[in-house]
Amino acid sequence: MSKVIITEKLTKKFDDFTAVDAISFEVEQGEIFGFLGANGAGKTTAMRILSGLSYPTSGKAEVAGFDVYNQVEDIKRNIGYMSQKFSLYENLTVRENIHFFGGIYGLGRKELKQASEELISRLHLGPEANKLVKSLPLGWKQKIAFSVAILHRPKIVFLDEPTGGVDPITRRQFWELIYEATSQGITAFVTTHYMDEAEYCDRVSIMVDGAIAALDTPAALKSQFNASSMDAVFLQLARAAKRS
Amino acid sequence: MKIFFAFVVKEFRHVWRDKRSLMILLGLPIIMMLIFGFAISSEVKDSKILVIDHAKDNQSRMLIDRFNQSEYFTVFAISTDEKIIPDYFEKGSVRLALIIPSGFRTDMEKEGSQLRLIADATDPNSANIATSYASAVIRDFQIQFFENAAAFMNINIETRMLYNPQLKSSFNFVPGVMTLIMMLLGTMMTAVAIVKEKEMGTIEILLVSPMKPILVIISKAVPYLVICFVDVLLILFMAYMVLDMPMRGSLPLLLLESLLFIITTLSFGLLISTLVSSQQMAMFISLVGFLMPALVFSGFMFPIENMPLPLQVISNVVPTKWYFLILKTIMVKGLGFEYIIKPTIILAVMTIIFILLTLRNFKVRLM
Repeated sequence: MSKVIITEKLTKKFDDFTAVDAISFEVEQGEIFGFLGANGAGKTTAMRILSGLSYPTSGKAEVAGFDVYNQVEDIKRNIGYMSQKFSLYENLTVRENIHFFGGIYGLGRKELKQASEELISRLHLGPEANKLVKSLPLGWKQKIAFSVAILHRPKIVFLDEPTGGVDPITRRQFWELIYEATSQGITAFVTTHYMDEAEYCDRVSIMVDGAIAALDTPAALKSQFNASSMDAVFLQLARAAKRS
Repeated sequence: MKIFFAFVVKEFRHVWRDKRSLMILLGLPIIMMLIFGFAISSEVKDSKILVIDHAKDNQSRMLIDRFNQSEYFTVFAISTDEKIIPDYFEKGSVRLALIIPSGFRTDMEKEGSQLRLIADATDPNSANIATSYASAVIRDFQIQFFENAAAFMNINIETRMLYNPQLKSSFNFVPGVMTLIMMLLGTMMTAVAIVKEKEMGTIEILLVSPMKPILVIISKAVPYLVICFVDVLLILFMAYMVLDMPMRGSLPLLLLESLLFIITTLSFGLLISTLVSSQQMAMFISLVGFLMPALVFSGFMFPIENMPLPLQVISNVVPTKWYFLILKTIMVKGLGFEYIIKPTIILAVMTIIFILLTLRNFKVRLM
């Protein structure tokens, strides 16, 4: 197993506020890595650095084997990204969205056609593929958004609270898609608010006040903190937070 | 290049789907042209005139006929009673009254006759124009009358209105409207389009893609470049077909200069989009913060030479002033590139400054 994300004392400061405080961790290829933390704990900032949207102040980080300081272009080519805020372009059809995002990742016409037909049949979209995205339910949008984010076969896909606002059943279906992707060797880096989802991850890190307070498999974390669920683990750690 | 193309296709789809914006983009120029062409006109046509004819001789009849034949006047009523004049003005049924004294013909042949013109000056502009037109009609009449007795006319003033002998207001407003529409659409639409992606959060997705950030911004502007250019063609076509606007200079030169100005407005729109984060704010800044000065300082409605010096200085940094000047020079005066080198350079420099500022702001935002 190779390591697709390596960080070492990665730090990001905004003036005298330390958003990310010397975090060090590694993520294996094909792993589902849960990145948890209360609002303001620094997980979005960390994720922005890893996805090439922001430069760190100090420390080291490698994503897909490329350096976050000077190989941002290479990083971007090898990652997918999906955020809660973003689903898809609402006034384009599903097919047009697929073509657009495939297009900006440089997929050729033939590849694109094949990939989009495959995606449409895998999600059982059928006639829905030619409808405007805004007419589809949120759960569908998220599934399509995820599929689009991995259309170009990235090494890592970053998911920023991907399942916000949908019911548990749709969330479960969404996770099936993540499992499918990781079984093909794609690494999933997920932030979430839902602690039941934390249980689905291979390993989980919990950030408190910009630093990583715990990092292990869900089972190990539960026994370490003597808790029955990830929720309880999270509460114990989050309660110690100084900034909220 | 393939990536860029995919992006531009998607942008066009956005514009195409958004029928309301599309209506504004293509409908606004047409509506503005029609409003300015037919509703708002500084020419005074078919002014109603009341004639009080005390003379009632051949000569006075001939003078009245002259007024009737002129496209600027319609004789509304002829009377001999001066008392009715206030009544007509109060009702607003006439703009102008002409009083021909009794013995008009004989007086004219001897020491000269006194005609009186009374105008409704609640609108001073049109009162001025109507009386000067009326004076011109009377002067023509006088010249014809004294054809064989030129001695009476020792000084003969001959005025020539260069470039626009018929004083058509379309010569002024077509370039003016063109300037304003380009400014409005180019700036506002681009700013709003980018800020929309910020609001929706989709800009993040574009920024994590391998596309260079600056390419993202440029490709957002491309569809609006095309649309604005279509608008230029649309306006020119309407001006030519419907409003008798001349095209005296070189059309390719005009189109090239228009392209430059569109790029200026687009880059300004891009700059605004890097400064604000909501669509309302983008619209507010482009409308209030920019359209107003663009209108006031273009020289289209208010002559810049009449402004106080500080305002004249300010007008130099407003791009519309220069484009308006370019348009008038090419379309009305029919002059070539050598006469518009200065405004062209100024617009180009402004564009470069806008683009540099946009690039700087965009980078800062990414940190």
